[in-house]
Amino acid sequence: MTTTSEKLLNIENLVLHFKTSTGSVQAVDGVDFELGTNRAVVILGESGCGKTSLSKALLRLLPRNVDKYSGKVILQGTDVMKLSDEEYRQNVRWVGISLVPQAAMNALNPVLKVGEQVAEPAMIHLGLSKTEAYGLVYKMFQHVGVPADFVSRYPFELSGGMRQRVALAMALVTSPNLIVLDEPTSALDLLTQANIMNVLKRIKHELGTSFILITHDIATSSELADEVAIMYAGQIVENGDAKDFFPAPLHPYSQMLMASVPRLRSDSDPMFITGQPPSLMNPPDGCRFAARCPFRFEKCSQEPPVFQKGNRKVKCWLYQ
Amino acid sequence: MNTPQNSFQKLLQYPSAIAGLFVVFALVAVAVYTMITIPYSEAIRLWRGGEDVWYQNPRFAPPAWINYFSSKKYSESFAVSTSKGQIEKIVTPGNGGTSTIEMIYPFDFSYDEYPQEMLIYFASTFDEKQPFISIELSTPDDRTIRIANFAVGNEFTYRFSQDEKLLAKLRAEDVIPALFTLPDGNAPLKGTYQLHIIGTTFEPDSDINMEFVLHGQVFGLAGTDHARRDLTLPLLWGVPVALAFGLIASVGTSILTMIIAAIGAWYAGWVDELIQRITEINLVLPFLAILIMIGTFYSRSIWVILGATILLSIFTGAIKGYRAIFMQVKESMYIEAARAYGASSPRIIFLYLIPRMIPLLIPSLVQSIPAFVFLEASLAVIGLGDPVLPTWGKIIQDAQSNGALYKGYYYWVLEPAILLMITGLGFAVLGFALDRIFNPRLRDV
Repeated sequence: MTTTSEKLLNIENLVLHFKTSTGSVQAVDGVDFELGTNRAVVILGESGCGKTSLSKALLRLLPRNVDKYSGKVILQGTDVMKLSDEEYRQNVRWVGISLVPQAAMNALNPVLKVGEQVAEPAMIHLGLSKTEAYGLVYKMFQHVGVPADFVSRYPFELSGGMRQRVALAMALVTSPNLIVLDEPTSALDLLTQANIMNVLKRIKHELGTSFILITHDIATSSELADEVAIMYAGQIVENGDAKDFFPAPLHPYSQMLMASVPRLRSDSDPMFITGQPPSLMNPPDGCRFAARCPFRFEKCSQEPPVFQKGNRKVKCWLYQ
Repeated sequence: MNTPQNSFQKLLQYPSAIAGLFVVFALVAVAVYTMITIPYSEAIRLWRGGEDVWYQNPRFAPPAWINYFSSKKYSESFAVSTSKGQIEKIVTPGNGGTSTIEMIYPFDFSYDEYPQEMLIYFASTFDEKQPFISIELSTPDDRTIRIANFAVGNEFTYRFSQDEKLLAKLRAEDVIPALFTLPDGNAPLKGTYQLHIIGTTFEPDSDINMEFVLHGQVFGLAGTDHARRDLTLPLLWGVPVALAFGLIASVGTSILTMIIAAIGAWYAGWVDELIQRITEINLVLPFLAILIMIGTFYSRSIWVILGATILLSIFTGAIKGYRAIFMQVKESMYIEAARAYGASSPRIIFLYLIPRMIPLLIPSLVQSIPAFVFLEASLAVIGLGDPVLPTWGKIIQDAQSNGALYKGYYYWVLEPAILLMITGLGFAVLGFALDRIFNPRLRDV
């Protein structure tokens, strides 16, 4: 369980378009990336760039107005996109990939005791009896740092941080290899955020789980990240090792995004990116960042391919 | 959070809820008592029985307790018989196998109204020679009126009011008033009357038994109807019938409506469209008219009507209300979380969507019970009640078709009507209190 011994997840050209009354929204438009076992990738991007849609596309949690949903999602050697909805539900959800949804604080059924909810996936997917499942629940509560006697409490009796941990325990209970965390810390205070991050680090170390961490909180996520993927307008513009990325981002958008983070011990003011992200309904031809990019040149009017730069991939003509 | 225990405690804080609970428990107790003491088959036998079952009762008699509220005292009914030992029977053996059987029954008559009728049912055993009977009535003023002399067969019924000879002898318009009045008086003579019957048998093993029935003006706790039936029977049996109909219809429609609304909201698409269109069509269909058609052309059995009621009540406005709430719940994060961890659609519908609606369901369920109880009664009143079962609505229908209100038999209509009102009120006030507990918008701050 060390580094990228084998590829756990391989996404190729994943597309998710939504149909609206005014046209098609290209929320996820040709995303490729790979993730190894026991690795954590942080997907960063501003609001509306398609991060949450990517997580939904991964778990096939589609709304009704899907226009186009295609590509390859190869999880441990099988292309899960080819499975029927029922097979997918039974074999992939929570067995292969589990999700800690956005605003996980509200992700608990208010009329069920939390222990019951955490036990439920284990009972459904692992076919455990109630007592066995509860045994697992106690173990998971220990992993995420929730007192064991909380099992018989209702969600409203728990604090936000505790609910977040319960949601995490629920994601862990079937020991999937991959957990998608959609903004796991967004509604929490800084101390609790740090706490949750520590819990995630410990779990990654103890259980060898891989994480896809979707966030726009660069500072917090950098603690956990092995890899970073920067998402812009439905596409991944840069993807690579976190150690290399944070000191020197390659893509102009990544650079400006990193520069926009306020620094504690520095006199420089945070930068901001002028302009608006393009409408996903009608994205511009060529590079989607071109309109806001200070380095743009003639070639930017054509769609840039992905260039390999060291152990990083970047979708920018500058690195041709 | 409302657990069942603390909901119940909260409920007891509302006096109206206590009253409602009291009514509901009382009704349930009466229903259980009725079904144990008068089993279904017995109830049907009595309700469908004619003169042979109900001969002891007067017709159209108000309940006996109206005497407490009326300045005029109405005569009460009674029936006594030798076989039950209520009538003294003295057998004196005579010569040659004959014997004299003397039967004496003294009774107090202190009422202001004459009885409806008096009858004596004779039953005798003999081989060849019929026994001979002579009847006398002694009045409080020591007159002795000879009523009749006749030979009796195995069974013989003597009706005082239909004896033409007696009428001629009394020189009066009607027999019964003449018997209970002084010859020159015009009001009933109060005091102790004595019925004196002397029977003569002509064979050693011959015997005579009799039953004396006086049909008064009032009867029992609830009075009687046109067929002499004691109204306590349908009033009591109306309780379990009304409760069963109301409860089954209410629970059936509420739960089915909720489940269908949840299914529609969850699956959306054509399923939802279909449910909504069915609802809209059903909303414009005339509910009562369809029930009348079913009752007229198909069957008037209470179970058929109940089934039709439930079917027609599923797709009503409630489905739209529930759907609106389910649409909101459906978008909750925890539903998405449940989807993400692979919960199947039925699991989400029954474990995640529907439990959210139960607090809203309980008050509306309780409140809709009286509506169905009234519906059953209304159908009975318009002649579509179950032809077999004794119910409250059936009493009102009988009363109406016999012109009860026109003839002044108010008790006949008021008794079932008051029970219906109490039932409706009991469930309604209980429902209001439950609503205040479960509905957060109405909760006292």
